[in-house]
Amino acid sequence: MDYFIELLFSGLTRGSIYALIALGYTMVYGIIGLINFAHGEIYMIGAFTAFIVATVLSIYGFPLVAIVIIAGVAAVVWSSSYGYTIEKIAYKPLRYAPRLSPLISAIGMSIFLQNYILLAQTSDFLPFPRLIPDFPFMEPIAHIVGSTDLVILVTTFVVMVVLTFIIKFTLIGKAMRATSQDRAMATLVGINVNRVISATFIIGSGLAAIGGLLIASHIGQINFYIGFLAGIKAFTAAVLGGIGSIPGAVLGSLILGLTESFATGYVSSDYEDVFAFSLLVLILIFKPSGLLGKAKNEKV
Amino acid sequence: MTKQPILDVRGLTMDFGGIRALNSLDLDVTSGEIVALIGPNGAGKTTFFNCITGIYTPTEGNIWLTPPGGKKKISLNGLKPNQVTEKGLARTFQNIRLFSKMTVLENVMIGRHCRTKAFIFGAIFRTKATLQEEQDILQSSYAILEKVGMADFADEFADNLPYGAQRRLEIARALATEPLLLLLDEPAAGMNPQETQSLEHLIKQISMEGQAILLIEHDMKLVMSLSDRIFVMDYGKKIAQGTPLEIRENPAVIKAYLGEEVDA
Amino acid sequence: MGIVKELKKGALISLWFVFLTFPVMVIKVDPIARTVVWRWENALYMAVGTFVVYYIAQFFLKKKENQKEASEEKGLNHSIIHKILQNPLQRNIFVGVLAVAAVLFPQVLSAYQTNVMTTALMYVVLGLGLNIVVGLAGLLDLGFVAFYAVGAYTYALLNHHFGLGFFTVLPIGGLMAATFGILLGFPVLRLRGDYLAIVTLGFGEIIRLVLENWGEFSQGPSGISDISRPGFFGVDFDLQSSIIYTYYLMIILVIVTIFVVNRLQDSRLGRAWIALREDEVACQAMGIDKRKTKLVAFSLGAFWAGIMGVMFAAKTTFVNPASFTFLESAIILSIVVLGGMGSIVGVVLGALILILMPEYLRALSQYRMLAFGAILVCMMIFRPQGLISNIRRTYTFKKKTTNSLSK
Repeated sequence: MDYFIELLFSGLTRGSIYALIALGYTMVYGIIGLINFAHGEIYMIGAFTAFIVATVLSIYGFPLVAIVIIAGVAAVVWSSSYGYTIEKIAYKPLRYAPRLSPLISAIGMSIFLQNYILLAQTSDFLPFPRLIPDFPFMEPIAHIVGSTDLVILVTTFVVMVVLTFIIKFTLIGKAMRATSQDRAMATLVGINVNRVISATFIIGSGLAAIGGLLIASHIGQINFYIGFLAGIKAFTAAVLGGIGSIPGAVLGSLILGLTESFATGYVSSDYEDVFAFSLLVLILIFKPSGLLGKAKNEKV
Repeated sequence: MTKQPILDVRGLTMDFGGIRALNSLDLDVTSGEIVALIGPNGAGKTTFFNCITGIYTPTEGNIWLTPPGGKKKISLNGLKPNQVTEKGLARTFQNIRLFSKMTVLENVMIGRHCRTKAFIFGAIFRTKATLQEEQDILQSSYAILEKVGMADFADEFADNLPYGAQRRLEIARALATEPLLLLLDEPAAGMNPQETQSLEHLIKQISMEGQAILLIEHDMKLVMSLSDRIFVMDYGKKIAQGTPLEIRENPAVIKAYLGEEVDA
Repeated sequence: MGIVKELKKGALISLWFVFLTFPVMVIKVDPIARTVVWRWENALYMAVGTFVVYYIAQFFLKKKENQKEASEEKGLNHSIIHKILQNPLQRNIFVGVLAVAAVLFPQVLSAYQTNVMTTALMYVVLGLGLNIVVGLAGLLDLGFVAFYAVGAYTYALLNHHFGLGFFTVLPIGGLMAATFGILLGFPVLRLRGDYLAIVTLGFGEIIRLVLENWGEFSQGPSGISDISRPGFFGVDFDLQSSIIYTYYLMIILVIVTIFVVNRLQDSRLGRAWIALREDEVACQAMGIDKRKTKLVAFSLGAFWAGIMGVMFAAKTTFVNPASFTFLESAIILSIVVLGGMGSIVGVVLGALILILMPEYLRALSQYRMLAFGAILVCMMIFRPQGLISNIRRTYTFKKKTTNSLSK
């Protein structure tokens, strides 16, 4: 039973992190209909920024709380800046190009960013500093749920609440919803679509950075390639939930996280990634609109 | 009426979720005639085309196509769009859908696709049969372009054509599939009066050669002068059918177009 | 006034990039030794670099806009290579020179150079294979490498277990890959373009992960070694002549591929592919079986990847899953995109540039993947038609009596 609960929590933890990344995919897809292939790299850059800042601060002897806060803020700031810039460079000029052009551009951007980090930093795995201490009150159940897991779950929950608030009640959130329904109409009623798209990339990238920070401190090591796999998995989650749908992304992520956790726990850990990829292929074949998504028919 | 209808549609119904876009529609087209399907915007005309050409699967109803010469009628129910075209229904689109990066001639050649056979083997080894077929495709496509008066544009890219010519090319492309019945979805939409006039001329000419035509059109002048019979739709239902003269005086039609009369 | 404004904009943008790249470019930490290196010079390089790149990009964007207007008036624009190819005399000279160069290459240059060239030629064929799928039929296949892997492992396993030779397995490998193409294509080809891209990517990764983990079948990450090189009626070559022999084999394969792809492109099938790329709905309304046509393109592309997989296994005598990552697919895609989607000449040129350049500019080779990524982005923005855009053939048509086809 303990094993089951352990797997359950590990699945939820994974799922939460996937959710943070998947939201970026889903929001961007909802607004400009693009699979932002470079999103995984944004997350990786978030993790790297956090790693660099945290390590520098800890070498200079800052207290742990300060390190966590500053590294977290830095990760969000830089990731968002990258997200914003990438959209301006690689996607904005292609807004009216054939559908596959921005996707190819995004793939190029993803490869570029991976190698940029590889060249500017290193190809080795880097040990990520432990940012989250073991809480004393967690001790009795520490063998099932770690403190890091708890922090991840709580953080994800808080972030989701904030995001829902932004999308439901703020002006930019309303503009986002309007733009995702009908971009031309949104322009006509005076919404600055370019600003909405930028805001979407900034928010999505910020979420990915939080995900990057959390997973790096969970797994304890990072390298330039972590974005690829995490990106694909988060995309799988977004599609599973129904791409374009925000609750769908969260639901899909949790399902994917749990599936992976139980499958590796009870079946075999060798094929961990195969489960995710197979799930991806199967959903796209059998239910491309996902669990909560709406099927879109082309108008003839 | 002694002639066997080419297209026979019975009780066609199409639901989108809770909305009934087509409500038990009957329609028939006999060989050689021009039939118009008219109705206010949103009456379900294009939906009707999409249903009979296999783009949508109708909720209920039957669609039959009868090839001439006393052959047995074929059910079009459940066929894919390409199979429908193969059986003999070819269409144009309301919002032009040409292959814009292909030449005008190639656009028409694509229409010959379903009447020809060459495949991988033939393509690679250029067998005698393939070469012959390629020649035939070229020749018949060119002949069709001449017929619609576009032979001079043969090597132009389709998206470089003026608007009226693009509509003509759509018709030429559909004709290349050797349809039993040609479906035209608002062929005069967006045309200026001269273009409309030359279109009218073209449709008459095609019809004179024995081509049966079913068209959706908003230009009443065009409809009245071209059609042998007219079907009128409103809210997914057929509200009238008859000759242009009968339709002109039908109170239900006038109501549908001009709105409910205000009773005191 | 205008210049000052432009300079100010350039300066602001380079400042932004200095900020953007600051943590990654300037700071380098060693978490074990607990040291920090501040590489301030990188910030300077970044500032100057961005400033220059910004103006180059502006220049190209302006050029692209002017070009758009010009080409709209002309309709067709022909590159120099196409002009040469269209003139029969020049074309024969061009092909003759190429043929002589190709034959003399291994005689004049070292075995190493020959080997590099063979690799480049393999990418030519891979590019042409993917070009059928992406360039002609417009299906973005991100898992092309999976079919390459199928071909390679088909030869590796059949050779390892049953001792089958290269020429026996060459068609088998191709057919195996094509079969995989059909099996995968059947369910997924009805998906929209971007979903198709992701599914093929997923499929590619599944194949690689299975090869990595199913040890009893594929010998896992350590791979299969001692695969036979291509034989020649039982003659055993030494290494040197085997390299030359492989090179000539590749030349023949390239010629065959160009011949076949060219003919396919100019056929009823090729037209259907291009039409499918342009508008699927209209295509179906014209009576083209969407699924069948896509499936043929997909499996033909896979066939070539399979053939090259066999060649790869025979050339390197060793296969392991690490050779078949997503990046390999991305490289082949870069070749097609750089050269020009749908253009045979373009793809050949693209493969030679992308594969040979990093080999000969050793200093640049570590920037290889960085460049590939940048190429994909830049080509999409500045020149989506590729280096050499495909010109559509026109048919000269003599009235009714004799119809001559010409290119």
